[in-house]
Amino acid sequence: MKDEPMIIITPIKQVPDTNDVRIDPATGTLIREGVPSIVNPEDRHAVEMALAIRDKAGQGKVIVISMGPPQAETALREMLAMGADEAILLSDRAFAGGDTLATSCALSYAIRKIGAYDLIICGRQAIDGDTAQVGPQLAEFLQIPQVTYVQDIRPENGGLRVERAVEGEIQVVEVPFPALLTCLKEANHPRIPTLKGCISAFREKPFQIWNAAQIGVLPERVGLKGSPTQVRRTFTPPPKGQGLLLTGTPQQTVQALIKTLQEKGLV
Amino acid sequence: MAICIEQKLCVGCAACLKACPYDAIDLIDRKAILNDSCIHCGACVDACKFKAIRSLDGEVAPKDLSAYRGVAVFAETRGKTLAKVAFELLGCGRALADAKKVPLSAMLVGSAVKPLAQELIYHGADRVVVVEDPRLLNYSTAPFCRALTSIIQQDKPEIVLIGASGIGRDLAPRVSNRLRTGLTADCTGLAIEDPSGLLLQTRPAFGGNIMATIACPNHRPQMATVRPGVMKPLTRDESRKGEIRVSRIAIKDTDLKVIIKEVIRKAGKIVDLSEARVIVSGGRGVGGPKGFEAIRELAEVMGGQVGASRAAVEAGWIVHDHQVGQTGKSVSPKMYLACGISGAIQHLAGISGADFVIAINRDPRAPIMKAADVAIVGDLHQVIPLLAAEFRKIRKEATA
Repeated sequence: MKDEPMIIITPIKQVPDTNDVRIDPATGTLIREGVPSIVNPEDRHAVEMALAIRDKAGQGKVIVISMGPPQAETALREMLAMGADEAILLSDRAFAGGDTLATSCALSYAIRKIGAYDLIICGRQAIDGDTAQVGPQLAEFLQIPQVTYVQDIRPENGGLRVERAVEGEIQVVEVPFPALLTCLKEANHPRIPTLKGCISAFREKPFQIWNAAQIGVLPERVGLKGSPTQVRRTFTPPPKGQGLLLTGTPQQTVQALIKTLQEKGLV
Repeated sequence: MAICIEQKLCVGCAACLKACPYDAIDLIDRKAILNDSCIHCGACVDACKFKAIRSLDGEVAPKDLSAYRGVAVFAETRGKTLAKVAFELLGCGRALADAKKVPLSAMLVGSAVKPLAQELIYHGADRVVVVEDPRLLNYSTAPFCRALTSIIQQDKPEIVLIGASGIGRDLAPRVSNRLRTGLTADCTGLAIEDPSGLLLQTRPAFGGNIMATIACPNHRPQMATVRPGVMKPLTRDESRKGEIRVSRIAIKDTDLKVIIKEVIRKAGKIVDLSEARVIVSGGRGVGGPKGFEAIRELAEVMGGQVGASRAAVEAGWIVHDHQVGQTGKSVSPKMYLACGISGAIQHLAGISGADFVIAINRDPRAPIMKAADVAIVGDLHQVIPLLAAEFRKIRKEATA
């Protein structure tokens, strides 16, 4: 790829496992108790993509970074166990409640503090917010090119040949370094941490926690204060009443369905 | 210190563009315009040989929010035509503009796209701003971002809507950040708050488990991406009148770092679930790749597309292009048939835009049965062939 060792940064997010989110039937609110926190699934693919580049080159460094409460350390340790070389946790009360702009602003300051890098690889989007905005907004803060929806990457002409899947097409693009990519889960199969990896994740690998002052960002640019968007209210989507339940022989149910569709003018 | 560009003195030589370390100056219609990336460092002052750029003493004036007026939508294109979502944005943009009694404009960016402008007026736009450049033939983030932010900075709309398509979701965060304003992703509901006049943006979160209404009170424009297939376009009306304006915007070399080498359109029929009117989906209950034959047949006779649940895709019975749900496609067909799908939260979130849901499942307590308008309790392997036969009969009668 490049002759010098590449430095790849992968921002990750710890999210509640939305597969386990349940609704309280009485209040109609989310039941968050007992819902496990996981590494956002697509971020694992981003880390795998970074690790694969490093391993293929036989040199280089993968730095994982996350912004979140102290518990997010677990997610970063897991990525170290997978094979990442260093981890940085941005944790500060000032970061709390940030929207995607405030979050990407904090990440951009931290990445500037890291110094030189070649690639930033993000997952496409997080399963809790589904915004897919932090990647592109981070690229804009850092003034580097972005390529979203990446499904394959290969070295070419001192840069990268990247395949992105968008709107039913595959765009093959050439990207210089440094750049930010967001990766699709089709890109790879994330590796499972080995026992040795788990041990070194806790014993040897550098893990740092940075606060707002350490990355040099003004408190009014991050967290709730730095967020242009504000949540006015949240509500549970009105439940759809039970529709028509058809039982009986296949012939009966199909006839009843066709009749309903004809009444509704759908056929 | 505050930087000010005297428009009368600017000759459009672009010397300041090169001098700016923050990429904060754009060239629009041969005039240098400061954009929101400006930190007022003064690097451009000396670069201007015409003394058009001055550094003024005193504080930088805060952004005047009342200077922003009107609703603007991004008219996304596909090849030589307009994307369906462009018309949907005009539909909801019109309603918002009428509520605020302000004009609705469309931003049309591409190579030789001006002939499409009239169509946008027929679908509700009062004004179309066109930016044409041969380098805008295929969508690429940076040059499109340059064009769009330049139009927005010039026209100052208070609301900007972009489709939450693949292109829109790549472009909008970049544009909103350059404008240092807020952006709400993938909205399914938009309204004007009374009496503040703010845009209320409603979107699903947590896989559709909760809805959040979001506002952007202190920044302009208020920006949102809008989920395709949710908003209704207006009926085309050739009597609608509007103005078409071509704006010349300088694409910079730094915008062309990502080079498109090739565009591969997938061989065979393209699966476009997001625009399908009828979708027949199969899940774990289908039992295997063979079971999808019957699903395909039914979809074909109903004039629809084939969808699938995550379980079916992960079992390898069908390729991911067909996956409906949170990690697949969000769909909004007139009719959605879920066959052998239990209805995980993610799947239900993906079909929340469907008008009419029919579920076929052996388990009457499966979540999909509660979400469906009509739920058939039964074996899909028996029901589907019968249903296909009925639809074939109906189609035959219709053509006879």
